[in-house]
Amino acid sequence: MPIPLDAAEVLNREFLEIRARLLHLAASLDRLDRAEGAVHDDPRLAKIRAGLEILGGVESERAERIQLLFSRPYDANWVKSLGVERRG
Amino acid sequence: MYYLDPHIHMVSRVTDDYETLAKMGCVAVSEPAFWAGFDRGSVDGFRDYFRQLTEFETKRASWYGIQHYTWLCINAKEAENVSLSREVIAMIPEFLDKPGVLGIGEIGLNKNTKNEATIFLEHLDLAAKTDELILIHTPHLEDKYQGTRMILDMLNDDRRLEHHRVLVDHVEEHTIRAVLDDGYWAGMTLYPTSKCTPERAVDMIEMYGPERLMVNSAGDWGPSKPTAVPDFILAMRLRGHGESLIRRVVYENPVKFFSQSRNFDFTPPETYEAVG
Repeated sequence: MPIPLDAAEVLNREFLEIRARLLHLAASLDRLDRAEGAVHDDPRLAKIRAGLEILGGVESERAERIQLLFSRPYDANWVKSLGVERRG
Repeated sequence: MYYLDPHIHMVSRVTDDYETLAKMGCVAVSEPAFWAGFDRGSVDGFRDYFRQLTEFETKRASWYGIQHYTWLCINAKEAENVSLSREVIAMIPEFLDKPGVLGIGEIGLNKNTKNEATIFLEHLDLAAKTDELILIHTPHLEDKYQGTRMILDMLNDDRRLEHHRVLVDHVEEHTIRAVLDDGYWAGMTLYPTSKCTPERAVDMIEMYGPERLMVNSAGDWGPSKPTAVPDFILAMRLRGHGESLIRRVVYENPVKFFSQSRNFDFTPPETYEAVG
């Protein structure tokens, strides 16, 4: 289904909001830098960096890829690994 | 615009919310059984909760002209207690013929554990044997993708279930495609900080079309907004979408899905008659 608005109109409408959200992210990362202690080993930080790379890339479906980045992987053998008895 | 909220927990909301919903065009709500914020200690606790859902909430909604429907189950969080869950599942049929009971829900997974999956399967068995519609909760945040895939595995494995009679709720960008591709209905939940925003829900309508898609507020006792569906309606209009498409998502789709239940005795607002 096409979006009723063209790209120029989407950018016009969303530019300030995108700018504000980028600033929000930048300030959060600055706050992390200024805070006492170190979290550079925290795996969540690596996920945030990977997420920022997705945002900066040219490939589409960024929202879906960010969601998958922050998701536990699916194990197709979960029935066996959990020991669930299937029925039906 | 008239609309239905297909997933909202009104037992957690004040009566003023019913008034606000009515003023914003809500003509019906469907309320799945869920976790109350604490674990209940006995099957009688659930029996009382089901009475509240099928008797008092129906009455409270009617004070504002809102039609109230409900779903019954033991939720995924309390499903960790397998013995209590089995007592509740055995008790549910006492209520299945009550007016406004649409089916079994919201069942699902929370942390994707063995006990949750076991009780989910036993709910599916009950639904299949009693020919009930099914409403499914999918997990939060990092557990959603894995849990949704597990849920689809279990649904697809049960050949008794008709896919068009199952609604998989709380879908997001990484789970919606699999749900729709397998022929199920999908619900997008609009939450202030987690799940989905109105704008992202509009994006998913644009990417996947309106077929078998609904939006809901899932308003409950936590941070949530019972008027989120009107927010979605506004977001659709601002994006330039027409009224017929919006009405299909917020009104016609839930009516079409719920109409598969023998207990969906819906009165369209266009047919309301003046009293006196």
